[in-house]
Amino acid sequence: MKRLLMFLPVVLVVVLGVILFAGIGKDPNRLDSALIGKPVPQFSLADLRAADQQLGPELFQGQVSLLNVWGTWCPACRDEHDDLLWLANEKDVRIVGLNYKDDREGALKWLSDLGDPYAVNIYDPRGSLGFDLGVYGAPETYFIDAEGIVRLRHVGVVNEKVWNEKFQPLMEEYGESRS
Amino acid sequence: MTAPARVGILLALMLSSVSVFGQSQDVYQFDSREQEQRFQTLIAELRCPKCQNQNIADSNAPISKDMREAVYRMMSDGASNEEITNALVSRFGEFVRYKPEVDSRTIMLWATPALVVFIGVVVVLLTVRRSGRAGPAAGALTDEERARASRLLYDEDQNDRSS
Repeated sequence: MKRLLMFLPVVLVVVLGVILFAGIGKDPNRLDSALIGKPVPQFSLADLRAADQQLGPELFQGQVSLLNVWGTWCPACRDEHDDLLWLANEKDVRIVGLNYKDDREGALKWLSDLGDPYAVNIYDPRGSLGFDLGVYGAPETYFIDAEGIVRLRHVGVVNEKVWNEKFQPLMEEYGESRS
Repeated sequence: MTAPARVGILLALMLSSVSVFGQSQDVYQFDSREQEQRFQTLIAELRCPKCQNQNIADSNAPISKDMREAVYRMMSDGASNEEITNALVSRFGEFVRYKPEVDSRTIMLWATPALVVFIGVVVVLLTVRRSGRAGPAAGALTDEERARASRLLYDEDQNDRSS
């Protein structure tokens, strides 16, 4: 018994080491969305381009879409923009934009200057849909299946690597968009 | 400048700086003192998803401001504390609770402090009991040992003096 007790510190250190090691490389800033497996929350917001047109969750019915949260105030969104263009043009992905806490004029200028990867943009200047989605920092990108169910939330820039690792498998599972 | 004057100025500066910290809070109107207390307790128990080691009361992140506003709005609409917390958890996840529900996943979290204290108490009790039992017996020497000890000590003295 005494002998065994002598090894207790070693055992403790090893257990602690394994637990801590498992945590290395995990980014604590990446949170799982509370909405995974649930439908896109109810909303009624204007189209960014057409102020008199109201958009709602039916936007996500019938085809797989990405919902990309962006704003002209967000440097990482600028970083991500070319990748979104690549996805929209090369991969034929339907991207719905959520223009989050932004102003319409600035956002439209951004799109005309840099190109427009979005099929449609929801204009959310007060961040109400963003709040319901649990957006805590742009950019965020959601994968939404053809039934309007949220399947994945990615916080941070979507680039080719992220696309291949996280989104491509879902694309295969839930069907290609527009095809 | 005299020392008391310097201390006086320093004190005045230190005390007046408190009001600067108070500025970061938004201004909310409450019907009663209890309501305000309730609000403060709620926002102290909700965690900011963006700046993860702060509650939404402390954090200046835009998202925390939105969350404070939502808490205030729901409170004004007469929602209970539980409804408010659940509304935020359904959007931002369990993560926002600084005080998680007791369930199968969080039981270790809640039980560990009590468990550690319990183990500590047991260890202390065992140690005290063992030393109490072994103490006087181990300290006492047999006559033979006592004779040997004094012989050794005496020889040492002899050697010291001769050298």
